[in-house]
Amino acid sequence: MDEELVKIRIARRAAQELPNGSVVNLGVGIPTMVADYLPDGKTIYLQSENGMLGVGPSPTPDAVIPNLINAGRKPVTEIAGTCYFDSAVSFGMIRGGHLDTTIIGGLQVSETGDLANWQVPGKDVLGAGGAMDLVVGAKQVIVATQHTAKDGAPKIVRKCDMPITAYQAVDVLITEYAVFRFDSEGMLLEEITSDITLDELKAITPATYRISPKLVVREV
Amino acid sequence: MIEQLSVDDAAKLIKSESSIMVGGFGNIGNPKQLIDKIADGNATNLTVMANDLGTPNVGLGRWVTENKIKKAIGSYFTYNKDVARKYREGLIELFMMPQGTFAEAIRAGGVGIGGFYTRIGLGTELTEGHETKIIDGIEYVFAKALHADFAILHAKKADELGNLIYDKTARNFNPIMAMAADYCIVEVEEIVPAGSLSPEEIVTPFVFVDALVLVERSCCQHG
Repeated sequence: MDEELVKIRIARRAAQELPNGSVVNLGVGIPTMVADYLPDGKTIYLQSENGMLGVGPSPTPDAVIPNLINAGRKPVTEIAGTCYFDSAVSFGMIRGGHLDTTIIGGLQVSETGDLANWQVPGKDVLGAGGAMDLVVGAKQVIVATQHTAKDGAPKIVRKCDMPITAYQAVDVLITEYAVFRFDSEGMLLEEITSDITLDELKAITPATYRISPKLVVREV
Repeated sequence: MIEQLSVDDAAKLIKSESSIMVGGFGNIGNPKQLIDKIADGNATNLTVMANDLGTPNVGLGRWVTENKIKKAIGSYFTYNKDVARKYREGLIELFMMPQGTFAEAIRAGGVGIGGFYTRIGLGTELTEGHETKIIDGIEYVFAKALHADFAILHAKKADELGNLIYDKTARNFNPIMAMAADYCIVEVEEIVPAGSLSPEEIVTPFVFVDALVLVERSCCQHG
């Protein structure tokens, strides 16, 4: 499957998780795409860690507004009701549990909901930015990621061996093939797409998970 | 009336071995002219506290190029590939914090608080060796407040007393850094008479500001 289509499929599914009116922080990559695939009639309010609540769509190149960027350093716009604040207030909002949801990418997710997403061993990643704050602070953490790494290595594992962002932090994990939810007993497979079998999914998912008695097969 | 300095005179205040907070996030809301002037000057071995170190040779990236920085404290230095190279070669010391912990440590340093306990980063590489504490059954990790000799900041507009207002996401770390340094210099695009700003719109009260540097309005550097 074309990589762009895979990403769109993940973003579209993640968008369905967000209740109307929720306050959400979107990480870079697939999470940023979620805003483009919200179902009709659904409004969400986007928070950006650099001090903005009410992030609007990207401007056209001739309408870029000076001094207005998101956390990915890309130009954005205001919506009616946008507000600005300093970085301590921004992270007070994040750490203090005032965001409904953060959608973030993942390098590895473990069967207990541990997340590794800031440091690729051997790569120059110097610092975690706001990732640790977001996944501990937001009321709900949705990880939206491709099911396996580019080289085919599993990302959904028994135990993370990459540097940890936060322990037992993930609530929902959405990939191009599956939706898992985490509860006190661990990881539950709730949804699978029609283009993969349970056995095929198992083969690319080393983590231990239960299968929901109400398993949904989503046509794709 | 607050002191007004030229970019040259303000930059000369920064001596070698100083600790200095620099406002900005991804080259937005940083004091561009002060940064460039200090890059051209003689001060070296600086301890810099900033969210990031700009991009290669832009913004604080110029201080990286000019070997001004002994140690950098911040949250995300990855934008600037030069930092990784100098770090590998042992030419720059880095202390990386989760961004919210970094912001709160600055705020704490500005408001007379020695440090605080947070859940963020617990058990990760970024808090290795830090004291932990159980409060009401929840484990937290200690973060020490940050304070600096100087802050160099950017604001959209000041009045003659030094009250400040900002522009959109160029606010970011500037208001908290204004509180957390011994001497706070703010690069502004406009200085208006006291009374011209609505008291309700002022973000940074003048008591936190020591000097203003008036500059031509600088255009944005996206990306």
